[in-house]
Amino acid sequence: MSTLNVRLLYTLAWRNVWRNHRRTFVILVAIAFGIWSMVTLAAIMRGMIEQQVRNVINNLTGHIQVHAVGYRDDPVVDNSMPPPGPHMVEVLRGEHVRAWSTRVRVPAVVASERESAGVTLVGIDPEAEQGLSFIAEAVTEGRYLESSGDCGVLLGRKLVERLETSLGKRVVLMSQDVDNEIADRGFRVVGVFDANMEATETGYVFTGRSVAQEMLRLGENISELALVARDRQDLGAVLQLLVRVAPGLDIQPWTKLEPLLVLTVKMYEATMLIWFVVVFLAMSFGLVNTLLMAVFERTREIGLFQALGMRPGFLLSQVLLESLTVLMIGLVMGNVLAWATIASLADGLNLSAFAEGLEWAGISSVIYPLISASDVISANLLVLVLGIVASLYPAWRAARRVPVEAITRI
Amino acid sequence: MEQNVICRGLSKTYQQDAIIVQALSGIDLDVPKGDFVCLSGPSGSGKTTLLNLVGGLDAPTGGEITVAGQRVDLMSQAQLATMRLMHLGFVFQAYNLIPVLTARENVEFVMQLQGMDRKERRARARAILEDVGLEGLENRRPAQLSGGQQQRVAVARAMVSGPSLVLADEPTANLDSRNGEMLLELMRKMNEGRGVTFIIATHEQLVMDHARRLIRLHDGRIVSDELQR
Ligand SMILES: Nc1ncnc2c1ncn2[C@@H]1O[C@H](COP(=O)(O)OP(=O)(O)OP(=O)(O)O)[C@@H](O)[C@H]1O
Ligand SMILES: [Mg+2]
Repeated sequence: MSTLNVRLLYTLAWRNVWRNHRRTFVILVAIAFGIWSMVTLAAIMRGMIEQQVRNVINNLTGHIQVHAVGYRDDPVVDNSMPPPGPHMVEVLRGEHVRAWSTRVRVPAVVASERESAGVTLVGIDPEAEQGLSFIAEAVTEGRYLESSGDCGVLLGRKLVERLETSLGKRVVLMSQDVDNEIADRGFRVVGVFDANMEATETGYVFTGRSVAQEMLRLGENISELALVARDRQDLGAVLQLLVRVAPGLDIQPWTKLEPLLVLTVKMYEATMLIWFVVVFLAMSFGLVNTLLMAVFERTREIGLFQALGMRPGFLLSQVLLESLTVLMIGLVMGNVLAWATIASLADGLNLSAFAEGLEWAGISSVIYPLISASDVISANLLVLVLGIVASLYPAWRAARRVPVEAITRI
Repeated sequence: MEQNVICRGLSKTYQQDAIIVQALSGIDLDVPKGDFVCLSGPSGSGKTTLLNLVGGLDAPTGGEITVAGQRVDLMSQAQLATMRLMHLGFVFQAYNLIPVLTARENVEFVMQLQGMDRKERRARARAILEDVGLEGLENRRPAQLSGGQQQRVAVARAMVSGPSLVLADEPTANLDSRNGEMLLELMRKMNEGRGVTFIIATHEQLVMDHARRLIRLHDGRIVSDELQR
């Protein structure tokens, strides 16, 4: 087809689009709304996913954890391991790793003079823990731990309430030592932390690592080594290095440590896809209807085109181009709207009204939408490609044999 | 003399449900180049059907049609489209024009399909619109033109692409006698000036008076074929 004809084609398509303002407007609104809802919903979902993944990773998981074999099934002192050797330390200080730390992590009971609760006692190296997990930034009252020998404890806000204790008071922690003897010790509450989720606030008690090792008579042994890598999506290289230097240990990426999280992410993505399809079906229905109507209304004109010597292929392209034009305008409108909506939510979408149910699922109550290029592209491509496919039938109707009656009968 | 249109044993039957209508039966017709033919006959006699078959808008059920040396009855849809584009012009009773295009664009349309370059197209469109007396109205859309003006645009468009044959079906039926007269004079002028063959279907005396050759149809057959004046 010559360039001249492409221009002609475009003139015809463009003018036909604006021939019936109301109809065009309705279909534009439908497409714009569809793409707006797809992109916005995808951004909110991505935001939720990202936040949830980050929460979990921040919540002590990190990107990779190293344990003694058996610890993950039974996280007790018996399943501890020696601190990292020189080869391992070399890998941990290498280019792939951003932060790492060792921990003692065992089940324990914490008791105040009034109440007691089952918790996980975590002995940390306060300095190394910064940039690895949430705890360093979460202390809102009192102070953070000062060193691995700090014998104060950090309690979550909810746990403090539950134990009816407060900053500066003493609590007792109880666990089993390596000889299966009861080990207990009094600690002063030196800091109170807030977390995204209630379960975190009630679930963990933090103290210095050496203090925990001493209490449990672990010597230099630790329960866990956690690290944050440069890119959580690309852990293959680090994993390989670690396995090489520590062949007898249980080394796992976050995707294996948190299978539920991975499943949740998949579920979100499936929900998104279902929404895409539902929106698209409704939209394409409207599009096909509109185009068919336009084609039927123009039977006489189409006959005329054919009588004038327009080839069937040209007619087909004309209807397709018309549909493409509407689709493109609708897409631009929808994307701009979506972008504006998402930009207006940059300070977070507050879902605290529904927060109780959400928190259970590990979602924070304020969501920061996140635009993912691949989501935007797939939503737009889906609408564009399937929209064109949906227009094929009306276009084919137009290009079929000459409607003789339409042109010769008045 | 060189023949522009040759029909041999041409017939067309329509079947609607159980009713079979013999619209044309055994038409033999030769139209030489440059002829100005009027097809007349009562309503339902087959005038429109004959024009449609010659123009390749509809397929015959029997017989042969040759237009400009090519067998129309044997062509594919795409070949027919090319044939119409390069050799034929059509003028219908009404709604001849593409509503979204202006008068000038309507006239340029066929040339555009033919791939003619813009300058040439412009010049030809301007000249022919002047010929049909529409200078100044080039940029109006069909809805902003009177019936007579629309028909003149249609004739201009049918002529401008340089066809060898123009088929007109009741071109004056929607016009008053003054406008009808003007249109016919225009077609006659084109016929004489450019040697383009015209076949016009009508039942109006006015048109018959202008024709060089008058063919009468009845029940799908040619009942008379005479030269006038
Ligand atoms: N699509 C069709 N289906 C069935 N019958 C048809 C069809 N088109 C035309 N006919 C019939 O064929 C015959 C010839 O019709 P045609 O339209 O050619 O007549 P005409 O001479 O043009 O009439 P008019 O002067 O009213 O325009 C008529 O009997 C008509 O009813
Ligand atoms: Mg007729």
